[in-house]
Amino acid sequence: MKFGILVNEGPYQHQASDSAYQFTRAALTAGHEVFRIFFYHDGVNNGTRLTVPPQDDRNVVDRWSELAQEHSLDLVLCVAAAQRRGLLDADEAKRHKKDADNIAPGFRISGLGQLIEAAIQSDRLVTFGD
Amino acid sequence: MSEEGVVKKLMYVNRKAPYGTIYALESLEVVLIGAAFDQQVSLAFVDDGVYQLARNQSTDGIGMKNFSPTYAALGDYDVRDIYVERESLEARGLTVEDLMPLTYEDEDDDWAEKESLRVVDSKELAALMSEQDIVLSF
Repeated sequence: MKFGILVNEGPYQHQASDSAYQFTRAALTAGHEVFRIFFYHDGVNNGTRLTVPPQDDRNVVDRWSELAQEHSLDLVLCVAAAQRRGLLDADEAKRHKKDADNIAPGFRISGLGQLIEAAIQSDRLVTFGD
Repeated sequence: MSEEGVVKKLMYVNRKAPYGTIYALESLEVVLIGAAFDQQVSLAFVDDGVYQLARNQSTDGIGMKNFSPTYAALGDYDVRDIYVERESLEARGLTVEDLMPLTYEDEDDDWAEKESLRVVDSKELAALMSEQDIVLSF
C-alpha cells in the first residue's frame, strides 16, 4: 500500500511526531511505500537542525533525517507554516534577508499543494496530531 | 492542476475555535490551495469548529487578524458543500441564524446564488464522512 503521512505537531511537546516515525518505520519494514511525509502546523518544528535534546533522550529530528536517507523519503515542510515559525532553508533565508537557515538534512520546504498531491496519490493519508 | 484526472472526495473537518490556536486559520489555507486540484471538496464544522462560521466576528480586542471574511469567498473557490453539525450548534446555544451566510453561484443555473451551508445531524455527517476518500481533520 502507498501511504501519505501528515504530521501536525512539534517534536517533544507532543507524541504525534514519535507515532508518525514509528508508523512510517513499521510500514516501510512491512514492505509498504511512503509517498511523502508532510509537516504542517507546529509539525514543521520537526525539521530544524538546531534541535539539541538531552543526551539520554531520542533525537527526533536526526531520526527523521536518518530514516529519510535510508529509504529516500520525501520530507516536506509547509512553507507558510515554516516561515511564520522561523524555519528557513538557505534560499528562503536569503530571500527574506535573514542571517541564518536551520533546515535539517533530508527535509525540503514546499507548498501546501504537496499535501494535497500526497493525499490524492496515496492509497491512505494518515494524520498524526490532535 | 488535477492529478492525472484523478478526482477524489475530500472532506476538511474543522473542529477547533477560530482563535486560541492556529488550526482553523491554517486549515482554511489548505482549503484555498487545495481548490486548485479540482477534487470533490466538502467542509464540515463540528465541536468548537462551528464558531469559525459565527457572524460578526471581531478580533479588535486580541490583536489578531480576523480571517473570517475568507469563508464567504469559498464559493468562488468552488467549495459548495459546507456541513455544520446540528448537535454542535445546539450544545453551544447557536442556530444557523448565528452563522454567516455562505453561498455559491451555480453556473448550470444561470449563475443563481445558492446556499452552500447545510445543517446536518451527527448520523448524516458520519454517513458523509464514510463516503470520503480523504478526510483532513483540523
